[in-house]
Amino acid sequence: MAEVKELVKKLSKKYGKTRENLIPVLQGIVDEENCLSKAAMREVAQEMDISAAEVYGTASFFSFLNTKEDGKYKIRVCKSITCDMKGKQELIKVMEDMLKVKLGETTQGKRFSLLETNCIGLCDKGPAMLINDEFFTELTPEKVREILGDYIRNKY
Amino acid sequence: MTSHKLRKVDVIFSPYSVAPYKILKDTMQRDKNEVIQELIDSGLRGRGGAGFPTGLKWKFAAAEKSDIKYIICNADEGEPGTFKDRKLLVEVPRKVFSGMAICAWVTGSTKGYIYLRREYRYLIPKLKEELALYEKHAKEFDLDFSIEIFLGAGAYVCGEETALIESMEGKRGEPRNKPPYPIQDGFLGKPTIVNNVETFASSTMVFRYGAKEYIKLGTDDQHGSKLFSISGDSPKEGVYELELGMRLDEFAEEFGDGDTKAVQVGGVAGFCIPRKNFKDTIIGEGNTTGGSTMIFNSTRSMYNVLHNYLEFYAEESCGQCTPCRVGTQQLLKGIEAVKNGTKPPQYLDNLIKLSETMKLTSKCGLGQSVTNSFSSIVNNFREEILF
Ligand SMILES: Cc1cc2nc3c(=O)[nH]c(=O)nc-3n(C[C@H](O)[C@H](O)[C@H](O)COP(=O)(O)O)c2cc1C
Ligand code: SF4
Ligand code: FES
Repeated sequence: MAEVKELVKKLSKKYGKTRENLIPVLQGIVDEENCLSKAAMREVAQEMDISAAEVYGTASFFSFLNTKEDGKYKIRVCKSITCDMKGKQELIKVMEDMLKVKLGETTQGKRFSLLETNCIGLCDKGPAMLINDEFFTELTPEKVREILGDYIRNKY
Repeated sequence: MTSHKLRKVDVIFSPYSVAPYKILKDTMQRDKNEVIQELIDSGLRGRGGAGFPTGLKWKFAAAEKSDIKYIICNADEGEPGTFKDRKLLVEVPRKVFSGMAICAWVTGSTKGYIYLRREYRYLIPKLKEELALYEKHAKEFDLDFSIEIFLGAGAYVCGEETALIESMEGKRGEPRNKPPYPIQDGFLGKPTIVNNVETFASSTMVFRYGAKEYIKLGTDDQHGSKLFSISGDSPKEGVYELELGMRLDEFAEEFGDGDTKAVQVGGVAGFCIPRKNFKDTIIGEGNTTGGSTMIFNSTRSMYNVLHNYLEFYAEESCGQCTPCRVGTQQLLKGIEAVKNGTKPPQYLDNLIKLSETMKLTSKCGLGQSVTNSFSSIVNNFREEILF
């Protein structure tokens, strides 16, 4: 609790307390805490002198400002048309099996979330996905096994 | 309608034969009105989709009186099938920054932002290095214009310029009514120029070659070269710089896999053109200039294609206005119902009408453009939707 307070103070000092700095501040919290807790949003509201509902309203609009805690590693598989045509569905099956979760779910211990996303601008090298800020292209089931295996072994 | 042979050109991606910051420096020696006139004469239009004449936008912005003006480079690139702005920011960022700086100099702006989509966060370290180099040059040229990166947070609609501004102000990314336009009342209520990444890079090249040379590229209606993001059933996927004004049949021959059934021109917001119309379609006329071109061969189900588009729209609609929020969902449910037989085939005509109503009544380009791909797919591939 006290930590959140410190973090929000630090971020609003870094970016500024006016409303136009809200998204950078919220992004900073998500980077540190992996999600926007109610406590954090209340803290931001107080610090920036806006209502907590306004903070939540903005946060809930954006897919990268999650208000529910999910996995430390967020896997976002592109589901837009050309990645879909090139077999993203099969990749999802492979990952569901490996992580023992269904699409949209988070593993026990909150390590991985398996998500879909719309086009991530890597269509010429589809199917593509992001794991947090890292991108992976021209995926095949074998490649996915390797990448995810590596994450599970080394970053678990 | 004029057209010419498909031709690959090398303007925007040409190596830095004349350093972009040299172009900036040289341009700053000239008369401001003359510079704006040159851009108007070049015929350059916005490359982000709406195609507004860039020179005019700069002229209007220059005429605005304000203590501060903002310049925003729109790098939100979220249209499915588009990835050219990413390539520009990676390969020729100096052309982009130089274009922004020239714009700042002619319009009297001191503050610029690159609105970078969240999914491109991995580009930031390199961009920051490049920005440091830019700042060095700006100082040398005595130009008071700084550029900062604003990272988006994941919402397609924020590519729309007023939604983009709302999100920069810390609000939900819901489009505003226009007018007022951003050049009058933009970021924090101040005059704001929003241009696409490619538009800024292209404007640098206009000043490099001069309007007279630049306008030789393209047709009477669409001038210059344009980047095309090509994906789908193509052995040559990637970004290509092509002279505007080629016919779609030549395009399909060059980039298709020999079995092309349809090409989606202008992204999901654009039109789906069936093979029989390739000969009569000129890329860049009548369709949007975003540059996303997705190629489908005969193995693809156009029902699946349309279903995928509609899911995209239903998810990305900001929900602010009813025609778009409800319309996108109804269209999606509607084609599912026709497919599984709970609605008769004629129901498709009602759905087309609905999409046309959305065009008339939606607040922003998202809801307004759904009918483009919807009607073109349903009209041209009706059997595939039904059976
Ligand atoms: C739903 C929607 C999404 C858009 N996305 C983008 C985008 O990602 N990049 C872009 O440059 N323009 C986008 N636009 C167009 C912008 O509103 C605006 O017209 C453009 O940035 C102006 O720059 P230009 O004149 O250089 O094209 C979008 C428009 C709509 C309606
Ligand atoms: S048309 Fe759609 S995206 Fe645009 S403002 Fe209305 S609901 Fe939002
Ligand atoms: S369609 Fe998957 S990255 Fe664009």
